[in-house]
Amino acid sequence: MDRSTRIKTLAALRTQLAGLDGRPVAGAGVRVALGAPAIDATLDGGLARGAVHEIYAARPADAAAAAGFTVGLAIRAAGEKPIVWVRQDFLDHEAGRVHPPGLADLGLDPGRVLLVRAKDIAALLRASGEALRCAALGAVLMEPWGVSPLLDLTTSRRLGLAAEESGVPALLLRVAADPAPSAAATRWRAAAAPSAPLEAGAPGHPAFDITLERRRGGAAGETWAVEWNRELGVFRERPALSGAVVSLPAGRPHRAGAPDGGLRRAG
Amino acid sequence: MAGCGAPDEPPLVIAGKDRGALRLSATGRKAARLGLGPGLTLADAWARVPDLDVVEADPGADDRLLLRLAAACERYSPSVALDPPHGLVLDVTGCGHLFGGETALCARLGGDLKRAGVGARWAVAGTPDAARALARFGKSGIIAPGTDESAVRPLSIAALDAPPDTLLALRRAGLKTIGDLAGRPSAILSARFGEALAAKLRRTLGRETAPLTPLRPPPPVRVERHFPEPFLHMEQMESVLAGLIEAAACILEERGEGGRVFEASFFRSDGEARRVAVETGRPTRDAGAVLRLYRERFETLADPVDPGFGFDGIRLGVAACAPLGAAQVSLDGRAVEAAGLDGLVDRLVARLGRERVLRFAARDTHLPEAAFAMRPAADAAPEAIAWTQPPPDDPPARPVRIFDPPQRIEQVAALVPDGPPRRFRWRRVTHDVVRVEGPERIAPEWWRAGTDGVTRDYYRVEDSHGRRFWIFRAGIYRETADPGWFLHGLFA
Repeated sequence: MDRSTRIKTLAALRTQLAGLDGRPVAGAGVRVALGAPAIDATLDGGLARGAVHEIYAARPADAAAAAGFTVGLAIRAAGEKPIVWVRQDFLDHEAGRVHPPGLADLGLDPGRVLLVRAKDIAALLRASGEALRCAALGAVLMEPWGVSPLLDLTTSRRLGLAAEESGVPALLLRVAADPAPSAAATRWRAAAAPSAPLEAGAPGHPAFDITLERRRGGAAGETWAVEWNRELGVFRERPALSGAVVSLPAGRPHRAGAPDGGLRRAG
Repeated sequence: MAGCGAPDEPPLVIAGKDRGALRLSATGRKAARLGLGPGLTLADAWARVPDLDVVEADPGADDRLLLRLAAACERYSPSVALDPPHGLVLDVTGCGHLFGGETALCARLGGDLKRAGVGARWAVAGTPDAARALARFGKSGIIAPGTDESAVRPLSIAALDAPPDTLLALRRAGLKTIGDLAGRPSAILSARFGEALAAKLRRTLGRETAPLTPLRPPPPVRVERHFPEPFLHMEQMESVLAGLIEAAACILEERGEGGRVFEASFFRSDGEARRVAVETGRPTRDAGAVLRLYRERFETLADPVDPGFGFDGIRLGVAACAPLGAAQVSLDGRAVEAAGLDGLVDRLVARLGRERVLRFAARDTHLPEAAFAMRPAADAAPEAIAWTQPPPDDPPARPVRIFDPPQRIEQVAALVPDGPPRRFRWRRVTHDVVRVEGPERIAPEWWRAGTDGVTRDYYRVEDSHGRRFWIFRAGIYRETADPGWFLHGLFA
């Protein structure tokens, strides 16, 4: 029996076992539902586990929103398993550090997160590749800064293969970068969206406008307005906002010429 | 380490400051023949021999050379001790057969030292003190077991390393050799000159032995291989290392232990030695995993392992061991998962370094910048404090991103001085605040020493584009006339 057949057989057996005890198990064919029925229907049940998913911040100023969306995806995908978050050092100064109490407030136990600080993109890719081979993980979150010739089609294919073999999803969060050709299973664009206000005009739950820009072997281009629900650990579609605030058009231009970005591009 | 120049060169002496004068600390052979010796002042030496080649003493360089030689000598014995100022003591018990007998070992060691440009005197004897006395005051050679006493007897009492006045007193009493002393009752000697001299005499005669204090304690488990021909390729080196790791794993399994720290020493044929260590988070004897760690380490060494003229020996020592039972996997596979994560941490640490693979730990404080710590994941996890969670159905109270230090924001417009901001400018972009919650007042922790901050009023705000920020005013108007505004974090 060759290697790929063996892996497939094992994956099938694992899925079968998971059905028996009701625990979700890693595997190439397993999908992670986001929780919002409309999105899950478009995705044929959810995000594939053993694959690369790219999340782009719509504009540099949406970096925190994209990070929130990615953390939500990681929570959905990881279950109770540990998460490895590989970050480039430069982000600490430009986009801010990872704030563990904030992760806890989104429903992710920071004790389950292993933070790996990479000096540059090459180190980040090596560390992520190493992490993706570890089937004990729930998700690998990669966060490079800006563009690099190293982040090309070959790299994403290699990451995809590693993810497929271990069944660990790779979430690639890109800030200050334009989409480039890649072998990712899905590509998302996330932007901050006005939240549903609470009493006394307080900002509400994390809200995003997410666009499925690309999907391997399927239709794409749809935009949803979603909200992250910490209690249930799911994304919910947001009802249309009423009242004073006008919701931004969902399909707004990706790159406006105006200096809108709150983040400087440097380096 | 005596230099011997060409016949027409002036005699070499090394001089350094000692007891308020420039004195000779060492002399070349030619200078020694002219009657110059250590301890003589440089002025006296010049008076006797006007044409001298004087070099300033550098004790630091001497020490470094001795340490380097000690490292190179570790290929012959794992237990190497320094005998300052310029001696080394090797415990070669049981090491001879690796090199084809003690004679062959000494010949190789002598050859190595000669190639390194070091003239050395050596002796092998039953106790370190006997060998030391023979090497310094007798003839180089190997003393047959049990004959230490007869070999040491003819040596001068200077070999006992006693203070000068003791030696003088002994000489005045007509006791010139160790043999003269050996015949006297030990009680009389210790009554007159102290117990130290009597003990030193017993050890030098080989009647008792003192333990050696090696430079590095020999690892509890070690395996090594030596080659008649040096090899040059890293691939060969790796395959040898793989074999050694497997051998060490077998020994560890017999002992019911796993290794925490592995140290590989690579001995080059030109006498240099290089040590590369890897550490694991939990005890292991998984040969494959340790070899992977070594590969990661080799790839990322700032100063790569250089074969030079080839390696002729490799030793693997397990410097730290811990009990490790036979592997047991629980039914649901959880043990395997934990082991998988630990293995990953080890590999990442070997590749990137300890301080780059981190875990978060909560800390019991209100100050946002001190509320969490990042600890190396390779360290043992201390008792964890639980993370606080906001009440159900409340939005996050803390941002997902935090700036350290907080970033100043400008042109903050508020309706009332102590009120929430309506507009602010950050990184050249103006944000209109449409939603706001706060203030959440966080005062400096006066009960801790060294806190001298101002009260901060934190606001959770959302701008017209739906971006959420965590901003604070440093100081309330009662405290300061013109409080500054800062952005501390970004919400999802």
